[in-house]
Amino acid sequence: MIRKLLTGNAAAAWGARLAKVDYVPAFPITPQTEIIETIAHWIDIGQMDCRMVTMESEHSMITAAGAAAATGVRVFTATSSQGFLYGMEMIYTVAGWRTPFVLVNVSRALSAPITLEPDHNDVLAARDSGFLQIHCATCQEVLDSVLLAYRLGENERVRLPVIVNLDGFYLSFTREPVKIPDEKNVKEFLPPYDPGETHFRAGDPISQGVVVLGGSQYSYFRYETHYASLNALGVFEEISKEYEEVSGRSYQPVEAYRVEDAEIVFFMIGSFATKAKDAVDRLRKVGCKVGLLRPLLLRPFPVKPIIRALAGKKGVAVIDQNLSLGKGGVLHAELSSALYGATDSTPVLVSFIGGLGGRDITREEFYEMVAVTRKASETGEIPPPRLLYTAEELMRMKGLQSIARVARQKGGGKS
Amino acid sequence: MLGTGTPTCAGCGALENIKIFCDILGEKTVFVNAAGCMTLLTVYPFTPFRGSWLYTAMASAPAGAQGVRDALDLLIRDGRLAPEEYLAVVVLTGDGTAYGMGLSATSAAIYRKLDFIYICYDNEGYGNTGYQFSAATPYAARTATSKGPRGYRGYKKDLFAIWAAHRPAYVATVIGTEPADLARKIEKAKGLRGPRLFIALSPCPTGWQFEPAKTVEIGKLAVKTGIWPLKEYLDGKVVHTRIPPPRGRRPPVEEYLKRQGRFTHLFSPTRNEEILKDIQASVDAYWEGVI
Ligand SMILES: Cc1ncc(C[n+]2csc(CCOP(=O)(O)OP(=O)(O)O)c2C)c(N)n1
Ligand code: SF4
Ligand SMILES: [Mg+2]
Repeated sequence: MIRKLLTGNAAAAWGARLAKVDYVPAFPITPQTEIIETIAHWIDIGQMDCRMVTMESEHSMITAAGAAAATGVRVFTATSSQGFLYGMEMIYTVAGWRTPFVLVNVSRALSAPITLEPDHNDVLAARDSGFLQIHCATCQEVLDSVLLAYRLGENERVRLPVIVNLDGFYLSFTREPVKIPDEKNVKEFLPPYDPGETHFRAGDPISQGVVVLGGSQYSYFRYETHYASLNALGVFEEISKEYEEVSGRSYQPVEAYRVEDAEIVFFMIGSFATKAKDAVDRLRKVGCKVGLLRPLLLRPFPVKPIIRALAGKKGVAVIDQNLSLGKGGVLHAELSSALYGATDSTPVLVSFIGGLGGRDITREEFYEMVAVTRKASETGEIPPPRLLYTAEELMRMKGLQSIARVARQKGGGKS
Repeated sequence: MLGTGTPTCAGCGALENIKIFCDILGEKTVFVNAAGCMTLLTVYPFTPFRGSWLYTAMASAPAGAQGVRDALDLLIRDGRLAPEEYLAVVVLTGDGTAYGMGLSATSAAIYRKLDFIYICYDNEGYGNTGYQFSAATPYAARTATSKGPRGYRGYKKDLFAIWAAHRPAYVATVIGTEPADLARKIEKAKGLRGPRLFIALSPCPTGWQFEPAKTVEIGKLAVKTGIWPLKEYLDGKVVHTRIPPPRGRRPPVEEYLKRQGRFTHLFSPTRNEEILKDIQASVDAYWEGVI
C-alpha cells in the first residue's frame, strides 16, 4: 500500500490500472479527460498493458465497450455530461446485453445553458437503464469503487455494467490523500475476468441483442435484468466485506453518519455530502441531533437499509443536486416512494434543490435546511420544494443583466 | 450457409446478397448489425446464421465491430483463445445507416484501419420503417416521403467515392444477380486485411414495387443499363469489373425504371420526358467519364 495525493480523476485511472483492464475505448470531454490522458500515458511508458482506442464519439465508445465486454475482455471507459447523453442510446442497449464493464462518469451539468461545473442530471438520466450506479464522495472512494464495481458487475448473479460517479471539479480536480492498494491484494480480491457464457467463439456461436417477438418475451428479459440489478445489493454487501479484508476500508450500500440518535437527517449523494458532514459535526457541538444518510449505491436502490436507518426519525432534508424540470428533485421522489407506507411513523421529507451547475451549498444553508425540516416535523406542514438561491445571488444576476442592457444600448455585443 | 425460414419479404434482393456472402465467408464470423430489415433475420431464440450475431443500434455497428475485433485479438494474443478461433468481423447495415447515420462511425473505423468487412445492402431507402427516401434513394423515385409527381428531388450520394477517399484495403459495388462477379470480389476481399467494404444493390420488391419473381430481371437490368456500375477500389485505383456496351447499344435506363412501381409516375398518365432524359443523361455521363 502506498499513500499519495491524487485527484479524483487520477484515482479513477488507478482503479482501472489495478483492475488490470484489457480494453479502454475513449473520447475526451471536460472534466473527465484527465482519466484517459493518465491511462494513455501509463500505456506509453509501459506501466499499463491494455489497448486503448480513441473513438469518434461516445455513442461509438459505449458500443465498442459493450461489444468488447460481450466478446470476453475486461473493459473500462469514462465520460461526462454531454458525452454521457450522446451515448445514451447505447447505455440502455449494452445494459440489455448484460455485459459487465465499468464506466466512470465525471458529473457535469447539462446544456443549456452550458457550463463545465457539476450536478447530477447527467448520471441520473441513466437511472432506469439497467446500469448499476455507485456514487462517490471522496477520491479514495473513487479508486475503491472502481474495484468494487468490477467484482459487482462481473458477479454471476448480476452480470451488468456499472457506472462509478464522481463530481466534476469538486472531486475530479481536487487532490486528496488516497491509499493505493498493493497489486497482490487487489489480485486476491479481483481475479481476472471470467466471461462465463459471454463470448463469441467459433465453435459456439451466439446471438446478442436480438429482436424478440412481443411483450411476453420482452418482459421476460427486462424482468430478468431487474432481478439481476436487485441481486447486486446483497452481492455488494458480500464483496465489500472481502474488500475490507484486503484494504481495511469498509463500505456499505448506504453510509450512515451520526444517524443512530439523530432526529433530523440529511439525505444526499456525491461529494457535497462531505459539506453536510461538516455541518452535522458543527450542529452536534451545539446539541442539535442531526445526521447524514448517503446512498453509495443508487442502482439498485438500497430500499431496506434506508428504511431501517430512517425509522423513527422526525424529519429528512433531502438535498437534490439535480432538478427534474416540472417535478422537482429526483432523490426526493426516490426516497418518498421507498418510505411510503413502509413503517408506521414515516419522517417528514422536505425537498431542497441545490448545487446545480456547481453552485456551492453553504454552511448556513445546511443549518437553515435543518431548521426548516425541524419546523415541518413539528407542525406537520411540509413546505414546497425549496430551490436554494440567496437574495444576494439574485441581486448580482439582475445587476449583470442591467449592465449588459446598458452595454447593448451603447452598441456592445450580448451573449 | 444461411438457414431457411427468414422473415424477409419474398424476392428480397438483400437476402440474396447476404446468402452469397455467408457461403463464401463461412461460419467463422461475427455479424455486427445495425437497425434495418435484416435485423429481423435473428429473432429470439432462432438465427439463420451459422456464426455469431450482435445487433447494436442504427448508428454504431462499425464501433461494435471495433470492440469485437479488438477483444478477439487481445484474447488470442494472450493465449486466452486459440488462434484457430479467429473470427472475421462483418458489419451488416442498410443504406440508411451506411449513407447517413452510420457514416461517421464507418469513417472512423476505416481511418483506424479496422480489420473488418462491411456489407451495405442498398435497397435505396429506409425499408424497415416503410420505405421513406434515404441518401441512397435515386433521383425521381417515389417513396413514402416523396409521393409528389416528380418523386424524390435529391440525388443518390456517391458512397463508393466517399469510402474510397479513405483509402481502405478494398471497396466494391456488387449485386446478387451477378453472382460470379460478387463471389470473385468476396474471395479477393477475404484474402486482404483492413477495411473491406461492399455496397450491394438490393432490389426490394416491397419498396421498389415489383413482383417478387422479378428480382433477378431487375437486378440484371440495373447492370445492363449501366445505372448500377460494378467496380472495385484496390491499391488506390478504381477498376470497373463490368463495362456495359456503349451508348446506343446498351438498353436505355427506362427499361430498368419502368418495371418498378416507384417510377411509374414517370410513364403514366403521361411520360415525363424531362426527368427520363435527365436520368439517362446522368448514366451516359458516368460511363463517358469511365471510358
Ligand atoms: C436511432 C434510430 N433512429 C431511427 C430508427 C428507426 N429505424 C429502424 S430501421 C430504419 C431504417 C434503416 O434503413 P436502412 O439502413 O436503409 O435499412 P433497411 O430498413 O432499408 O433495411 C430506421 C429509420 C432506429 N432504429 N434508431
Ligand atoms: S422491405 Fe425490401 S429489403 Fe426489406 S425485407 Fe422486404 S424486400 Fe427485403
Ligand atoms: Mg435501406
